[in-house]
Amino acid sequence: MSISFELNGQAVTVDVDPEMPLLWAIREKAGLTGTKFGCGIAQCGACTVHIDGIASRSCSTPVSAVAGAKITTIEGLSGKTAQAVQASWQKLNVVQCGYCQSGQIMSAVALLSTTPKPTNDDIDNAMNGNICRCATYHRIREAIHDAAKSL
Amino acid sequence: MNKQAFPFAQTASSVSNLTPSRRDMLKGAAAGLIISFTFAPMARALAAVTPAKKDFEANAFVRIAPDNTVTVIIKHLEMGQGVYTGLPTIVAEELDADWSQMRAESAPANAELYKNLAFGMQGTGGSTAIANSYDQLRKAGATARAMLVEAAAKEWKVPAADIVVKKGVISHASSNHTATFGQMAEKAAALTPPADVKLKDPKDFTLIGTVLPRMDNVAKTTGTAIFALDIVRPGMVYASIAHPPRFGGKMKRVDDTAAKKIKGVIAVVPISTGVAVVADSFWTAKQARDALQITWDDSKAEKRGTAELTAEYKALAKTPGQSARKEGNAAEAMKKAAKTVDTEFEFPFLAHAPMEPLDATVEFKDGACEVWAGSQFQTVDQGNVAKALGIKPEQVTIHTLLAGGSFGRRANFTSDYITEAAEIAKSLPNGTPVKLIWTREDDIKGGKYRPMYVHSMKAGLDDKGNVIAWTHRIVGQSIMKGTPFQGQPGSVDATSVEGAANLPYDLPNIDVEIHTTDIGVPILWWRSVGSTHNSYATEVFTDMVAKAAGKDPYAFRQALLDKHPRHKAVLDLAAQKAGWGSALPKDTARGIAVAEAFGSFVAQVAEVSRDAKGKIKVERIVCAVDCGVAINPDMIRAQMEGGIGYGLGAIMKGAITLKDGVVEQSNFDSYDVLRIDEMPKVEVYIVSSGTAPTGVGEPGVPPVGPAVANAIFALTGKPITQLPFNKKALSS
Repeated sequence: MSISFELNGQAVTVDVDPEMPLLWAIREKAGLTGTKFGCGIAQCGACTVHIDGIASRSCSTPVSAVAGAKITTIEGLSGKTAQAVQASWQKLNVVQCGYCQSGQIMSAVALLSTTPKPTNDDIDNAMNGNICRCATYHRIREAIHDAAKSL
Repeated sequence: MNKQAFPFAQTASSVSNLTPSRRDMLKGAAAGLIISFTFAPMARALAAVTPAKKDFEANAFVRIAPDNTVTVIIKHLEMGQGVYTGLPTIVAEELDADWSQMRAESAPANAELYKNLAFGMQGTGGSTAIANSYDQLRKAGATARAMLVEAAAKEWKVPAADIVVKKGVISHASSNHTATFGQMAEKAAALTPPADVKLKDPKDFTLIGTVLPRMDNVAKTTGTAIFALDIVRPGMVYASIAHPPRFGGKMKRVDDTAAKKIKGVIAVVPISTGVAVVADSFWTAKQARDALQITWDDSKAEKRGTAELTAEYKALAKTPGQSARKEGNAAEAMKKAAKTVDTEFEFPFLAHAPMEPLDATVEFKDGACEVWAGSQFQTVDQGNVAKALGIKPEQVTIHTLLAGGSFGRRANFTSDYITEAAEIAKSLPNGTPVKLIWTREDDIKGGKYRPMYVHSMKAGLDDKGNVIAWTHRIVGQSIMKGTPFQGQPGSVDATSVEGAANLPYDLPNIDVEIHTTDIGVPILWWRSVGSTHNSYATEVFTDMVAKAAGKDPYAFRQALLDKHPRHKAVLDLAAQKAGWGSALPKDTARGIAVAEAFGSFVAQVAEVSRDAKGKIKVERIVCAVDCGVAINPDMIRAQMEGGIGYGLGAIMKGAITLKDGVVEQSNFDSYDVLRIDEMPKVEVYIVSSGTAPTGVGEPGVPPVGPAVANAIFALTGKPITQLPFNKKALSS
C-alpha cells in the first residue's frame, strides 16, 4: 500500500504494509538511521520523532496513521530551539554511548517548544519516557536548563 | 599495518549542516560504503578532511595526514565510556598536538597489533582501556613527535634539540622556521622510527587532566553517528530469530507455513540456537518469526525457577564452601564473641539491557567474511565466526562500530548474536549481506545475565565492640568457568569473590568461602562483575556490624583502613564533601560505602529521604574517586554519574526471575530500569594522583547500592538484604 507523508520537509511515498511501524519505514525505506530502535513498545523513547510537532514514538505508530502528516526526525531538526538543545548537549558532554540521544533531543526540543523555562518537574514529566542506560539523566537535565537559558 | 580503505561516509553537508537534504541521506544509505568512521571534535574540522595520499603512519596507532589531521587508531570498543576521546588525549599529549586536529578511528581486528595488553587478545572490558593503553599510546605519540622533529631538523638543517613543538606547530626560533604536522608528514614517513623515546614528565602535561570535549559529541547529537544497527549494504536482507523459551531447549519441529505466506519473507533457516526468518525488511522478518509454529525439545533444558534455585542456594549457604580467604581462626573467635550479627542476602539475575539491542551484519562471500558489529571481543568474534563458516579467523574482517551500550553484554565467549548472523549468512546465496536484529524481548529473555547469588554473613564482636570474627559465604555460578579466562581447574573464580575476599578492613579472623553452582542459566559479567553483589553484601553488613558496635558507620570504617590509604582517602573525601555528621532535614538520612574495583577506589555518600507515604527518594550522591592520573576529568565524572545511575536502577528495580525455567520479564515494561525522575543529584570529586591511571567504566557502580541501602537503614532501622529494594515494601 502506498502511503505519503512529509519527512523533514520533503514529500515521501512509501509502499509498505500499512501496519509497519513508522520507525522501520523511516530507517529502512527512507534511509534515515538517526531514529533508533530500542524496545518496539513505546517504553524507551529511542525512536522519538515529531509528528506534526508532537514528540511521538515511531516504533508504535503504524505508517498508515501518518498519511499526510509532517514528520521531523533528528536529521531534520532545525530552528533556534533545536540548535540550542544540540549546542548545550555538546557543551556539557551529555552523550555517552549516544544511542538514545536522538530520542532524548527530540523530546527535549518538543518540551522547550511548549515550555520555554521548564522546572525540574517539567523535565521529569517530559523526559520520563526516554530511557538512557548510560544514565546521562543528570546532564540531560542540566543541558535542558542550559538551552532554556540561552533562548 | 594492515591498512583498510577509510572512506568518509559523513560528507561535509551531513555533518556541518544540521539539516542535510533527504537526497544526501538516501545517497549515503544506498551507497553502502559506510565502512569505518573517523570522529572529530568539531564538525568543521571533519568537513575539511580530504582523501589522504601521503599519510605518515608513525606506528599502528598514529597516522598523520598532509591535511594536518592526526588520527589515532582505537583498539577498544567505544560503547559510551569515552575511549574515542580518552585514548587520543594520551597520544595528543605526547605529540604536543592541538586537540582540534585529533581524530579517532576504530582499529581492524588484528590481535597482533591491537591486543588488550591485560587480556593477550583484542577486546574491551574490566575497565582496562586506559590502564593498558597508557604507556603504549604515550610511546606511540612520543615516537611520532620525535620523527616529525627529526624531519624538520633535516629540512631546516638545525639541531633537533633546538626545535619546539607546541599545539601542533613545529618551530625553530632562531631560524624563524615553522611547520604544521601535515607539512612534515611525508618527510617523517621516510624516516626510521627511533628505538627509544623520552616521555614527558607528567608535570608538563597540558592536555591530560584538562576537560576536552568528547570526540563523538557532534555525531551523537545530530543523528549522524553510525551504530552497528545503522549499517546498510547493497542487497541487504534482515533476520529475526525464534529462540527456545527455556535455556538449553532445542528446536524439534517447525511449521513455517503461515510465516512463509507473509509477503517479503525470503527464507526460514533453522540454526544452532533456534529458527531464523530472513525477509526484505526487519518488520517483516519479525512478523514472520512470530508466525512460526515451533515445537521445542526441553529434555535438556533448565526447568527450575527462581524460587527453587533460591531454596537450593540457601541450603548450600548453610554448609561449608571452598575457601577464598582464611585469616586466623574465625570459628574459634566467633565462639568467644560477646555479641554476634548475622544475615543473609539475596541477589537476582540481572540483564544488561544496553539501549542498542544486539545486532550484527554479516556478508559471506567467496570464502571470506565481513562483520559489522559493536564487537567487544574482536579476537573471540573472529574465531567464532570462522568456526561457524568453516574458514580461518584471518579470513574474517571485523568492522567495529559504535556500540549503543554494552555493560559487558557484547563481550562474550560464544559471540552469540554475531555467530547467529554468520550461520544465517552461510545459508544464503553467496555474498548476501544479512542484518540480524534481536528484539528487546530477545535481549531480556536471552540470558547471559549477572548471576543470582545468596550470601550468608556473620560477625562476632567482643564486649568493647571490636570485631573479632568475620565470615562470609557466597553461593552462585562462576562466570569464568569453561572460558579461556578460567584459572586452574578447581581454583576459586576470582570474579566470584572480588569485593568480598579483598575486604579492606583490618580485622583479625576472616573466612570467605564460595559454593560454585552449576545451573543451566547462561551468565556473564555485568558492569563491575563480582563487586555488584560482593561490595553490596560487605558494605551493608559493615553498617549492621557498626550499629551493633554502637559506632558511626564512617568512623567505624575509617578506624579499620590504616593499611589501605587509598580507600581511606576517598572515604574521607566523600564524607567531607557530603558534610557527614551535619544536620539533615526530618526524614532524611545519609549512608556511606567504599569499594575498590579494577584498581580504582570509589567512596559514595547517599542522601535519602522518605515522604509521608513512606516513599523513598535518593536525593543526592556525593562520590569520591581515585583512579590514578586523571586523563580526562569530565569523562571520569561522567562515568561515575553513569555508574551510579546504572547501579541504582539495578538495586532499586532490576530483577530477572524464572518460573519453570522460563524468564518472566520481556521488555522495559517488566524489566524496569532507572528513569530521569529517579536520578539523584550527583557530585564527583577526583583525588589528585600521580599513580598510573586505572579504569572508571565500572568502579562507580559498586558503592552506590550499599550507600543508598545504608541511608535507608539509618532512616528505618531495617537493613535491605533482598534485592531489588522494591521486592519488599520500603515503607515499613
